[in-house]
This record gives sequence, structure tokens and C-alpha cells, in this order.
Amino acid sequence: MEVIGKSVIRKEAQDKVTGQAQYTHDYHTSKKLSGRVVLSPYGHARILSIDTTDARKVPGVRAIITGEQLPLTGESMRDRPPLATDKVRYHGEAVAIVVADTPNQGDLAASLIQIQYEVLPVVHTPTQAFQQNSPLVHEHLGEYEREKDVYPVPGTNIAHHVKIRKGNMEKGWGESSVTVEGDYSFSPSDHAAMETRSSTAEITPDGTIKIITSSQAPFMVKQLIASYFDEDIGKIVVDTPLVGGAYGGKASVQLEILAYLSSRAVGGRAVEIFNEREQDMMMSPSHIGLDAKIKIGADHSGVIKAMEIQFLWDGGAYSDKAIDLTRAGAVDCTGPYKVDHVWCDSYCMYTNHTYAAPFRGFSHSELSFAVERTLDLLAKKLNMDPLELRERNAIQPGHTTPTRVLLNQSNVGNLQECISKLRTLIRWEEGPVREINERLVRVKGVSCSWKTSTIDSNAPSGVILTFNRDGSINLMSGVVEIGTGTKTVLAQILAEKLKMDVDKIHVRMTVDTQTTPEHWKTVASRGIYMAGRALLEAADDVIAQLKEIASIVLRAPIEDLEVAHMKVFTRDDPRISVDFKDICYGYQYPNGNSIGGQIIGRGNFILRHLSHLDPETGEGNPGPEWTVAAYGVEVEFDRRDLTYRLIKAASVIDIGIVLNEKAALGQVMGAMSMGLSFAGRETFYYDEFGRVLNPQLRTYRPIRYGENPEYLVDFVYTPDLQAAYGARGVGEHGLLGMPSALGNALSLAANVSLHHLPLTPELIWKTKAGNV
Amino acid sequence: MLPFSFEYERPKSFQEAVTRFQQADQSGKEPMYISGATEFLTLGRINQVYTEAAIDVKGIPEGKVIQFDQGYLVLGANLTLTELEEANVFPLLTSTSKQIADHTARGKITLGGNICGQIFYREAVLPLLLADSQMVMVGPEGVKVKPINEIFYERLLLQKGEFLIQVATDTRYLHAPFISIKRRQQWDTGYPLITIAALKIDRKVRVAISGLCPFPFRSNEMEDALNNLEGSPQEKIQNALASIPSPILDDVEGSSEYRLFVLQNLLLDVYEALKFGERE
Amino acid sequence: MKLHTIQLKINDEQQTVTVRSGDTLLYTIRKQLGLTGAKPGCLNGDCGACTIHVDGWPMKSCLMMAVEGEGKQITTIEGLKDTPIQQAFVQHFAFQCGYCTPGFIMNGHSLLQKKPDADDSTIKEWLESNICRCTSYSEIEKAIKFALEKNKSS
Ligand SMILES: Cc1cc2nc3c(=O)[nH]c(=O)nc-3n(C[C@H](O)[C@H](O)[C@H](O)COP(=O)(O)OP(=O)(O)OC[C@H]3O[C@@H](n4cnc5c(N)ncnc54)[C@H](O)[C@@H]3O)c2cc1C
Ligand code: FES
Ligand code: FES
Repeated sequence: MEVIGKSVIRKEAQDKVTGQAQYTHDYHTSKKLSGRVVLSPYGHARILSIDTTDARKVPGVRAIITGEQLPLTGESMRDRPPLATDKVRYHGEAVAIVVADTPNQGDLAASLIQIQYEVLPVVHTPTQAFQQNSPLVHEHLGEYEREKDVYPVPGTNIAHHVKIRKGNMEKGWGESSVTVEGDYSFSPSDHAAMETRSSTAEITPDGTIKIITSSQAPFMVKQLIASYFDEDIGKIVVDTPLVGGAYGGKASVQLEILAYLSSRAVGGRAVEIFNEREQDMMMSPSHIGLDAKIKIGADHSGVIKAMEIQFLWDGGAYSDKAIDLTRAGAVDCTGPYKVDHVWCDSYCMYTNHTYAAPFRGFSHSELSFAVERTLDLLAKKLNMDPLELRERNAIQPGHTTPTRVLLNQSNVGNLQECISKLRTLIRWEEGPVREINERLVRVKGVSCSWKTSTIDSNAPSGVILTFNRDGSINLMSGVVEIGTGTKTVLAQILAEKLKMDVDKIHVRMTVDTQTTPEHWKTVASRGIYMAGRALLEAADDVIAQLKEIASIVLRAPIEDLEVAHMKVFTRDDPRISVDFKDICYGYQYPNGNSIGGQIIGRGNFILRHLSHLDPETGEGNPGPEWTVAAYGVEVEFDRRDLTYRLIKAASVIDIGIVLNEKAALGQVMGAMSMGLSFAGRETFYYDEFGRVLNPQLRTYRPIRYGENPEYLVDFVYTPDLQAAYGARGVGEHGLLGMPSALGNALSLAANVSLHHLPLTPELIWKTKAGNV
Repeated sequence: MLPFSFEYERPKSFQEAVTRFQQADQSGKEPMYISGATEFLTLGRINQVYTEAAIDVKGIPEGKVIQFDQGYLVLGANLTLTELEEANVFPLLTSTSKQIADHTARGKITLGGNICGQIFYREAVLPLLLADSQMVMVGPEGVKVKPINEIFYERLLLQKGEFLIQVATDTRYLHAPFISIKRRQQWDTGYPLITIAALKIDRKVRVAISGLCPFPFRSNEMEDALNNLEGSPQEKIQNALASIPSPILDDVEGSSEYRLFVLQNLLLDVYEALKFGERE
Repeated sequence: MKLHTIQLKINDEQQTVTVRSGDTLLYTIRKQLGLTGAKPGCLNGDCGACTIHVDGWPMKSCLMMAVEGEGKQITTIEGLKDTPIQQAFVQHFAFQCGYCTPGFIMNGHSLLQKKPDADDSTIKEWLESNICRCTSYSEIEKAIKFALEKNKSS
């Protein structure tokens, strides 16, 4: 192949290194008002009164909005008031908005709004939320409007419950001669995209609602605002320029609603809601936390017979995307292993934390930490090599998943080969432990993962191709450029297909929902999969149209024509040809007569055969394919101080095919970096009122330059027959196994079983002392 | 960006600064001196600092000096931490200050700001505590020079209207053996969990610590325990731990029990490097 | 409100702006001068996305008031054209979303000028001032080292 696989420089590269690349907050008009949000100072409290009298007197204040009269929102269940009304359910929840001429005036007025609260008992963890006598986060759970397949339990904090019942547990335990169990937990954390979220809304006199937003889901914004507020969907236009990092956090729809409400309150003038970092961390949805229990049974030879799993997801105060996260965790609950007898209860729990957004990996790095740590416990008990244990149980074509999907080579790839390549990559033959001196020891931990994308079964993607007069092509897709380079890769796919120079393909970087064909959401590593298929269809459409007119011009049957290098030509004699530029806007004969017309290519894609899960057994087809991977992490551990350095981190992923080498490596390594950062240092800390104690990057610290290990990446190439050129989703997978591999390495190094994140030296110290 | 509005002035001499301060004070403007302005901006934006008159002292020439004078090294308080590192005249100070914040921020944070700031780590003061530096302050009463160990107790005890202009250190301390270690919650960046600086002079070890308590300190009792000629290093360390001040921090960086574990190991590292409590 | 009309020398051009005393340089260059290359990431000195040069040294423009910028040589990413560091970032895929990139480039460019012989520890000391959430930093490391080498040989 000519273009596929090459490290083509991303199309927006020059803009990004010269400061010309524009993100949402970079667009400015002088007329823009500023919406400043008043945040809840408590985790759980009744709102007794809100007095805005003094605030209204501040010069420049145009409107103050509070929550009464607003409809409830929420994606799968409408349980969230856009602005808190009767009570606040998390620290940082939006309570009121001040719209003012400048941010300063808004802040001043916001500080003058008097709100009286009565503090309520706080639900701190999903485990506490699950207890009988726990305070309730939602008293009227039974009354919320919801989608059919959401199963809340009124009178409790359970927003949703997914059951997986596969095989026969009694049989499974009966066949097991060894069992191991573990409890795991970690608190919510943050996406911490460098670009904080921001949205501007404006309503023009003709009723058009214009929103510009930093989002992974502009089409959802349009759909949800139309549905929540009963607006005409055709009058909502959402613009999304380049997005400065998202990682799932910008798939939720929140600021757009606040901006829309603000604009509506000031007669449609443009209002911007810009999250400063603290607000982005506290108010906007976070990375989900989890309390998990895992029990595994196996026979002497290490063959897993049964798994019993309980996930209590920390969905936070509102269920929004946590319902989907709960489901996604359930469908892949065993990890990438063949298990005939599975019992899993995955609960979406309400707590008094910031509600959850998707986070890169969509529940999978989280569940992997619990499952893969338990697998290491099993290996230890069996006195077996942990990699061998994994290899022995690795999922394969012919096996079924927890939701009983029968796997084949195309939809699952080759985990065994990933494991075997990993073995070489991390020099597993040297053994997992190497002493450096009395204090220092180098230790390796391993893990595996799989993931399917549990996306809506009717999620669409579309592509439009148009021509320029020189025969070059414009590519329009609703995929948002969040940094993954997807738009460049789409150009490569088109260049390959049309056998033309990728520089002659111009990609529309920004999305506007009125003129860009819809792409469901830019999430779940599904950009290339779906948009790639739509693009191939559009390319075929273009080719057919080009050939049709060329066949007249060249006086040759369509079947004899080929397309390459921006020409259509006859197969046997390429000199008989016509250039794209001469036919893409119709062909003109020397005498002026013209035929044909402007060529516009269109293509679309919808996933097929996906189905809802059975509410009692979980049976169903949740996603199109599974990407499998194996991981290793090596640390240098100080046995006196219990501190460590990251030395190496390795991932071997069955990628199908590499579309852009450096971009793929970048995706994988970037995801690994994020996984290690999450595993090693990131968490929110809360006080007894449920207040976030570290809502700044000063105290919430993503990994920095030089703290990173050396990254080793290798691929396995089992094509996915459904995907463009066989490529599998890969944007998330580097992350999935990092927390577990790090946890396994450190548990071995410190000779203590670690069950919590982040894996700080203090956690190790406490675990050793028996204090967790 | 600061939500409140204030007068900004940049006096050219310390006399002018003091006068400005007094005038603003009389008109009820709650004036404040600033130098690097980084804390002013970052705490001000979240309403933890307020003033109606900010007097920026960074342009005052005396605050920018690096000079040797009669056996003393004189450092201006308005030098940025980067300027101090680049000059590298006081290696212990360089080594401690290099760990504060990050390189770019250190190009703005000043020595005086770090020592006098609200953010209580004030790591740059540790070397000065160890070296018995002289603090040169100016205020309504003119210039005042005080040994640091008399005037720094948890924080620099400035009178209203006073600010730090220089720090003078006996050159004898500049080349004494030292060690400085910053231990964080995890890896290499962030606030200290504990920072320890130690220096050996006249056969005795001195230690100063930040991050253990909500203030940096140097403790004679601890030093006496460490320099005691009797007992094993472990015993000395245990005795030293018995006399640390309170309260011990218990926050997002780490629990107090854990901090003690870390401190103990750090003191062992200090022992390894400087060998305290031994007959020569 | 306390307003100051000041002269700023930015990217070799003299600019006259009227600012509040509490306006950060970041706010002024973005909102008043339309130079949006420097990004707000935290407004608190923690992330480095707003890094520019002041007299050739890297500076977090959220940690500086516009009024402090008088008499200084200020350079923003818009003032860099085709420098080795920019080229190296492109070639080595040292960014993804690109939001942190102007800050990293400004920091790296200053490093090249001030410490042309920087070793690993100096590079780390400088670059740990910025956060990149997308890349693994190894791409950035390659880019910086490549540019340092190129700088040396030219
Ligand atoms: C990103 C970042 C990271 C940080 N990390 C650390 C860290 O790791 N360790 C650490 O110790 N600190 C750290 N700090 C805190 C920093 O050292 C202090 O906030 C320091 O005050 C900043 O110095 P400045 O010169 O900018 O102070 P300014 O903002 O100018 O002033 C701060 C305070 O000091 C007073 N002040 C300033 N100069 C003088 C003077 N000459 N005489 C008397 N009073 C004066 C002011 O009145 C004001 O109250 C960090 C700060 C930032 C922004
Ligand atoms: S915005 Fe200036 S350092 Fe983050
Ligand atoms: S490229 Fe996205 S934060 Fe660095």
C-alpha cells in the first residue's frame, strides 16, 4: 500500500506549532457576555434560600438564573436539574449563573448571591451508598423519565443494575480446586484535558440557536438540547473547532446547556461559559470511581472455571453516562479470558461526588485493575507464572463472551500472540524480579485486556466528498479532531483508495452540525471504524460517478476504467485518460457543449447486529469487535523508602493494521502515559463534607516530563474484516492494562497485595502496616 | 486575572516604597508589597488575597544585588529563584531552591516572596535558617538587620510596613558540607511531602525542615539529639523525632503518620551524607 | 477601576494597551491583542500552556500582570517562524491535540537559546514546567533533543 501505514504528518500540524490552531475559547467577539457559575460549597445539602438582591445591583449584570422551572436532564435517565434546585448533590454543582458584561463583574455578583444551605449526611463511597441505611441521594428515583433498558431501584441509591448470568455457578465452583478473592476500590479522578471545557451560545432573532463548544459530541448537543427544551432541532447549529484533549470527558453535554440557558435569559445575546480549571474539575463530569469484589475459581492446572464479580460504580450525583459505563463494565467483566460460569452484578451507584463522564477506556482500565490483580493472586496461589496463567485462559475464536457472543478471528483478534510478543518485548525470560542492591529491586508486572465498544446500536456516521476545480478533494466527516489525528488518517484512507497524493485531499477540521454529515460521537476509538467505512462508501460513490462521465468522454465501457493519480484511464492503455479536473465539475467539449456536473460523493455507515442486553441474563451483542492486548510494567522499587520509579512500560495490541505508524504509536504511548498517571498519582481527595480538596493542577498532578518510563510498543495484525483495511480501534487500549500491570509489579516488589489506586508510596506503606 | 481592582505602583527606592505603603495604609487601602507577584495573582484570583494597593518592590536596586561584602554574601530579596540558581553562589540554597515549583515559575518567584508568602512551605528559607543568615528589612523605622533565628519563627516576623530587602550570609557557611532532599507524595514534581536541608559546620549537623508542619522550622532540640555523641544513629533519630514541633501536617500530600516514616528515612539519608553525632 | 495605559513590546512590535492592574499578561495578549497562541490551562502557574518569553526566558503569562510587562521584550508563539524546535515538533509527532504545544515550544525554544548544551537533567528540569496530557513525553523528548543537536551543528 502506498499511503496506508505511512507516518503522514497531521494536516493541522503547522497550525498547531505556530499558535494559529483555534480552540473554542480562542474565538472571540467583543459582544460576548460572560456566564459565571455559582458552585455548591458542599457535597450534600438542602438549599433553603437563594437571595440575589445584592448581586443584581452590580453594574454589568444582565441576568441571574436559578434552577426552578427548568426541566430535568440526563442521557439515559433524566435525574439532573441543570441548576440545582431543592438540594445540591455534589461539591461544585452548578446552583446559579450570573450573566454579565465581563467575567469580573460576573464573579463579583456571584460572590454576592446569598445561598443558605442545610448540610445533609454525605454518601462518600459506592459501598456506603449500597448499604441499607445509607442516606439517599435521590428520593424520587422512581419518578424519573428513563430509557427502557435502565433499571433503577427506587428507595435505594442504585441508578442502574446490569446482570450477567452465564453458565452454572454451582458447577463452576464445583470444578474449581482453588479460589481467590479480592476487594478493590478507588475514588473518582479527572480527565484533566489541557483545554478546559467551554461553550458559547447565541440565539439569533430568527430563533437559530448557535452553539460553539469544546465537545466530542456536537451532534448529541443538538439532539439533547432539542429534546430537553423542546426546541426545533433544525434550528440548533453546533460548531466544534479543534478540541484540546477530551479523553471521554467532553462526550457529556453540560456547559452547552448552561450557555443555552444563559443566552435565553438575555434575549439571545452570545454568552460564554468558560470553565476555569477548578470549575472544570469540580463541576464538570469526572472519571468514574469503583468498588469491586472479584472471586475466581480454577482447577490445579490454572484453567479458570468460574468468576463472580460485583462492581459498584461511583457514578456520582447523577446517572448520565454512568449508566452506560456500568453496562460496559459488565459486558467485559471477566477480562479477556474464557470463563464458562460467570455471575456479575454491575451497579451504577449514586454518591455525593461529581457525576461521571466516560473516561478513555470506558470502564475497562478500572475493571482490569480489579480482575488482573485477582489473576495475579491466583497465579501466586497456584505457584504459576502469571503470564502463563493468562495465556492458558486467553480468549479465542470459538469462545463466548460474558454476554454469550460467539467469537471468531475477525471480531476478537489474537491475544495469545500478544502475550507471546510481550514476553519477548519485556524480556520475561529474565524473570520478574532483579535485585540491584540491598534497597533497590527491579520488578515487572503484567496484565491483559480486551474491550468492545458498547455504543448505541443505531449509531450513524456519514461522509461527504466534494471536488475543487483542480481535481483535489474536500473530505467532510463529523468526527471531531480531538488530537487523535483521525482526520488525517481518513485522508490517508481516501488517498489509498483513490491512489492519489494525500496532499491533494483537504480535510475539513472543524465540525458544524448543519453542514457536516453526522458522526454519532467521537468516542470509543470508533472514529476510524465508522467514519472509515462511510468514507470508503463515499469513495466508491465518487469513483462510480467519475467513471460514468469518463466512459463517455473516453468512449470506453465503465468496466474497462481505472482511477489513479487524479485521472480516470483505460486499464490496458493508461495513456487514454481524462483528469479529475476536467470531469469533476462536468466535462466540456471543445465546442462548449457540457455533460455531467458537479460530483459529490456520499457514504454512510451504521453498525449492524448490535442488540440490547437481556435484563435477567445479560445475553446480547453489545459491540462490534474486541481489541485484545497484553501489557508489562517495570519499576525500580526502593525497599526502604517504598518509593519507585517507572522504568519501562510495554503494550502489545492486536491493531489489525497500522494506518499511520507514528500516529498509532502516539495514541498507544499517550494512552499508556495517561494510564500510569491515573494509576500512580491521580485521585480526588474529599473531606467529611464531600468537598474536593485538590481541584487544581497544583495538587492534582498528572504525570510530567521525565517521570515517564521508556515506552515499548508492538502490534499484532489480525484484520477486522468489517473495518476499513482491517483496522481495529486502538485509541484507548494502551491505557487499559497500565493500572493493573503497575499494581501487579508493585505488589510483587513490596511483597504485599495492593488493592487501591493511586499506587502511591503512602498506599504501599499503609498496606504493609495493615492500615487500609 | 484578579477580580478586584487596585492601584499598582512600582517605586524605585525602598524609601519611596515605604512611604507609598504608609500613605495607602492611611487611606485604608490595605496595601501590600509584592515582588514576583505569583502568589498575589494565584491566591488573589480565588479570593484568598485582597488589597487596594499593590506596591511592587522588584524594581528596587538593593533587592537585586548578588555581592560579597566583608565576609558576607549579600543576596537581594527580589532576585528570582532562577537568578539565584544561575549565579549559584550559595550551593545549598541553589540545591534547595531548584526543587521549588518548576523551572519556568522560578523565573518569576522571588526569594523574598518565597520566604514571606502565605503558601507555607517557604522552602528557600531552610538554607538561611541553617546558615544563621542576617535578614535585612526596611520599613517605617528605616533599615533593620536581624539574625534569622531571632526574627523567623514559623514565618518572618515583619512589622507593618516592613519588607525584606536583603539576606546576608557568612561566607563560612557557603562551602560547608550539605545535603538537601525534597520528598514528594509521588515522583518528582509537586509540593513537598517533606523537604529537609542539612549542613555540617563545626562538627555539628544542622537540619531544617519544610512540609512536616504548617511552617518551615529548624529545631535546636532535634539538632542536639542528632549531635549527641552517645547511641546509634537510629537512636539519635528516634530522640530527634521525639522533639519535633506540632502540629504535624495531615493533608492531601500525606498523613501525619506517613510523614514521620518519611522523615525518619530522610534523617538516615542525612546521616549517610554527613555523619552526625560522631567523634571525629 | 484602576486602568493603566501601557506600552508593550510584543514580537518586535510596540503595542499600546489599556489594562486593569489585575489583568494578567495572558489575558491582555489574548483578549486585547488577539494573540491566542498562548493558552489558558489553569491560570494558576501549574500547567505551562500559557508560556511565552520575557527577555528570552520562559514565562507563564498567567503569573505576570500586564503592567509588569512594560519595558520587557515579549515573544509569543506567533513571533516564532520556522524555528528548529517547531520543525522538530512536527517531524517527531510531539503533539496530538496541540493545546499544550505553544507552551512547550516556547519553553523548548528558550532552552535551546539559553542552554545549548543542555544535558538530560537540564532538559527535564526545564520541561517539567509544562503538562502534556496527550503524548507520552517521549515524542517531545525526541523533538527537543533533535532540535538541540541541530542547533549545535549549525
Ligand atoms: C506554580 C507554583 C508552585 C509552587 N510550588 C512551591 C513549592 O514547591 N515550594 C514552595 O516553597 N513554594 C511553592 N510555591 C509558592 C511560592 O514560592 C510562593 O507563593 C511565593 O510567595 C511566590 O513568590 P513571589 O515572589 O511571586 O511572591 P508575591 O506574590 O510577590 O508575594 C507573596 C507574598 O509575599 C509577600 N512578599 C513578597 N516579597 C516580599 C518581601 N520582599 N518582603 C516581605 N514580604 C514580601 C507579599 O506581601 C505576599 O504576601 C509555588 C508557587 C507557584 C505559583
Ligand atoms: S495557564 Fe498559565 S500555567 Fe496554566
Ligand atoms: S498535545 Fe494535547 S496536551 Fe499536549
